[in-house]
Amino acid sequence: METMIETRNTHNGTIDSLVTQLFRVKRVLNETHDTFTLHLEPENGKDTDFSFKAGQFNMLYMYGFGEIPISISGDPDKPHQLVHTTRAVGSVTKSMRQLKRGHVLGVRGPYGTEWPMDELKGRDVVFVAGGIGLAPLRSAMYQVVTRRELYGKVVLLYGTRTPIDILFRKELERWKSRFDLDIFVTVDRAVGAWRGHVGVVTQLVARAPFDPRNTVTLICGPEVMMRFSIIEFEKRGVTPDRIYVSMERNMKCGIGHCGHCQFGPSFVCKDGPVYRYDKINKLIDIREV
Amino acid sequence: MENLGSILKKHPFFEGLEDNHIDFIVGCAANARFKTGEFLFREGHEANYFFLVREGLVNLEIYSPQKGAITVQSLGEGEIVGWSWIISPYQWRFDARAAEDTRLIALDGKCLRDKCNQDPSLGYELLKRFAPIIEQRLVATKIQLLDLYGNDD
Amino acid sequence: MMRHIKFDTHGLQTLFDELIKADYSIIGPRVKQASFGYDTITTTDDLPKGWITEQNSSTFRLRKTDSAAFFGITHSMNGWNRYLYPTQRTLWKAHRKNNGFEIEHVEEQPNPVALFGVRPCDLEGIKKFDRIFLHAAFPDKTYTIRREHAFIVTVNCTQPSGTCFCVSMDTGPKARTGFDLGLTEIIEDGEHYFIAEVGSSSAQEIIKNIPHTTVQEDELGRIQELMERAEKQMGRELDTDNLKEILYRNYEHPHWDTVAERCFTCGNCTLVCPTCFCTTIEDYTDLTGGTGERIRKWDSCYNNEFSYIHGGSVRTSSYARYRHWLMHKLATYQDQFDTPGCVGCGRCITWCPAGIDITEEATAIRKHGKTS
Repeated sequence: METMIETRNTHNGTIDSLVTQLFRVKRVLNETHDTFTLHLEPENGKDTDFSFKAGQFNMLYMYGFGEIPISISGDPDKPHQLVHTTRAVGSVTKSMRQLKRGHVLGVRGPYGTEWPMDELKGRDVVFVAGGIGLAPLRSAMYQVVTRRELYGKVVLLYGTRTPIDILFRKELERWKSRFDLDIFVTVDRAVGAWRGHVGVVTQLVARAPFDPRNTVTLICGPEVMMRFSIIEFEKRGVTPDRIYVSMERNMKCGIGHCGHCQFGPSFVCKDGPVYRYDKINKLIDIREV
Repeated sequence: MENLGSILKKHPFFEGLEDNHIDFIVGCAANARFKTGEFLFREGHEANYFFLVREGLVNLEIYSPQKGAITVQSLGEGEIVGWSWIISPYQWRFDARAAEDTRLIALDGKCLRDKCNQDPSLGYELLKRFAPIIEQRLVATKIQLLDLYGNDD
Repeated sequence: MMRHIKFDTHGLQTLFDELIKADYSIIGPRVKQASFGYDTITTTDDLPKGWITEQNSSTFRLRKTDSAAFFGITHSMNGWNRYLYPTQRTLWKAHRKNNGFEIEHVEEQPNPVALFGVRPCDLEGIKKFDRIFLHAAFPDKTYTIRREHAFIVTVNCTQPSGTCFCVSMDTGPKARTGFDLGLTEIIEDGEHYFIAEVGSSSAQEIIKNIPHTTVQEDELGRIQELMERAEKQMGRELDTDNLKEILYRNYEHPHWDTVAERCFTCGNCTLVCPTCFCTTIEDYTDLTGGTGERIRKWDSCYNNEFSYIHGGSVRTSSYARYRHWLMHKLATYQDQFDTPGCVGCGRCITWCPAGIDITEEATAIRKHGKTS
C-alpha cells in the first residue's frame, strides 16, 4: 500500500521529500542501559498532529551526525507526541541519547508499510518481539488493547537478552495483570534474581494459547529469530498469509530513490518494512540477497 | 476431576500410540508436585523419570562453582521435561528445579525402559517422540547462543 | 504534429545557434586530447567529425576515420543522466542555532541544457529515470526541474558499436518517442544531410529559423533501410524471453560462483550504466561546526558498505554483489518500475576490466539453470 508523504515542508510550492522537518524533544527516557525513548513535538509548536500507522518509521536527523531510520513506538491514537525507541549503537544514536528537553532534531516521514491492523479483527493475535523489535510492535499492541473487543485471544511473546534488557517493564506488567491479555516474557540468559522464563522466544510459540486456524501473527526482531519463529508457527498450522514480519535493510533516503534498502525486487522503505510472509518466503531464505 | 489416563491420552505427545502401549504408560504414571525451589532431579543422578508439566514452570540449571546455579532453559505448561531416561547412560545432565509451585505427571522411566527392551515397538514409538523434542531443544539452544540481541561492539 | 525536416551541415550550425539563442547550453560529444566525452559545444567544429569507437569486452578504442560524419561515434563511457540527476547535489543545509538548528533550502536553478547526440538506448535510460524520479510517489525536485528545462536531440545509430545489443532490449537503433528532435545523419552520393523528426512543441519553435527542405517519402525509406542494416550489426544479443522468471528461479545457481571468481567489485558497470540510479546521502559539517550540509552522491551497490546494517553488511561476497547488480538489470528493476533495467548499450561489457559480459552470464543461467 502506498503511503503518501506529507512533510509539510514545501518550498516554492513543490513538496521536497528530502528536506527534514524540525521537531523538539519533550522527553528522553532511558529504558535500559543502551535503549532509550524520545518524545517529540513539532518545533513551531502549532502544527497539527503527526499522523502515522503502527509499524511505520521516520528518518531522524541529528545535526552534525546524520540521519537514520527509527521505528515509531508510540500510540497512533495519540499523535500529538511522536515517540521513537531505539538502541544506542552508532554515532547517531549515541548522540541522540544525549538530547535534552528543548533540543531540536529533524524528522522525515512517516515512511513504510504498516502492521495489517484490519487483518487482525476477529482473530487471535500473537505478537512476537525480539529485543528492540518490541518497539514497533508496541504501536500495534496499543491499538489492539484500545479496541480489545475486536480481537480474539491476544498474546505477546517477548524475548530479550537478559532481565536488565527488558523494555517497557511497567507497561508489560500492567498488561500482564489483565485477564484478557497473555503476556510471556523470556530472556536468553538469566542474571541475578530472575525467576521468570529462560530460553529463546521461539520456544514459546509451541505452547502459546492461540488457535492456529484463526490467528494472525506479527513478528519483529533479528532476522534469525524471525525465521525460526515462523517455523514454529508453521509447525502449529498457521499459514504463511497470516504471518507478518518487519524487515530491516540499510536506508539512506526512505523514499525508494537511493536503492540501498533493496531486498530482492522490493524497497524495504516503501514496500516494507512490514511484509506478509508468503510474499517474501522465498527471498528470506536466500543468503545475501 | 480428570484422571491421569484421560490427560495422557489427550496430550499430543502420546497421540497415535496403540491402546496396549498407552495403557502400559498410564500404568507407569503418577501425579507429582514440587514447591518453588524444590529439585525435580539433580545432575549426575540416575534418570528414572520424565515429566509432563501440567501447571507451573521448571528451570533447567547448570551449577558452576563461581557463578552458582545458572538457568539455561525454562519449560512450562504442556512441555515434556527429561529425555535422559531413554538415552544411555541414563544420567541427568542438568539440575531441574521448580521455578514456581508446579504440578506434573511423572512417568516411571525405569519401568518403561525395561518394557521397551522387551517390546521394541514401544521403544521405537517413544524414541520417535523424544527425538523431535531433543532436536527442538538443540535448535533453541543454538539460537540462544547466537546472542541475537547482544551489542555488536 | 510529428513531421520531418531535412537540412544540411549549415542547418546543423543554425540549429546550434537557435538553441543558444533560446538560452540552452548545448552538451554534446567531443573528442579532446584523445579522450571522448560529453561537453559543451557551440559549433559543428566542436563535433568529433570522423571519429568512431571500437568497443568489445574490456576494450575501448578511439579511431579517426576519413568519414565526414559528425555522429559516427556512438556513446561515451558516461551516459547523459548526470545532467538531469547530478552526480553530487547539496540537498539542504543546516545552521546551528541555540539548542538546535535551522534549515536553509538550496534551490535548483533552472539551467536549460540541450543534450545533443543522445543515442536511442540512452534516451530509454532517461525515460526509466522519469519513472523513478518524475512520475513517482516521491518526485525528485532537482530531476523535475532539470528535466522540464532539458531539450533532447537524439541521433539514430547507423553504425552500432561492438558491444551494442539495443535490438535485444527493444531500445534502438532508432529513437521512437520521447525526444524533442530525433536526428538521422546521412552521407550519401556526395550529400551530407540530416533528417530531423520533430517530437515536441519546443522543437517546433526551435526549428522555425533553420533553412530546410521537406522530406521525401524515399528519404524516410532510406532511414528505414539504414536502421534495418544497423539492426544486423549488433555486437551482442540477449534472449529476453521469460528471462526475469528464469533468473528468479536460479538465485543460488552455481553459475554465479564462476562470475564471483572473476568480478572484483570495482563497480565500473554501475558507473557507466544509464539505468543505475543508486545514491548515498552524506553529512558534512564545516570546521566551526556551525553549518551542516546534506549531500547526495552517486553510489554503487558494489561498495561493501552499501548494504550495511548494524552488525555488518548483508552483501559482502562478490558473488552476492554481482548477482544483485545483474538481477537488478534484468529482473528486479522490471518488477520495481515496470520496465527492464537494461537498455542494451553495452557499456558494462566494454568497461568491465575482468571482461564479464552481461549477455553471456544471463545466457549461461538460462542454459544451465533450473527450468521450473
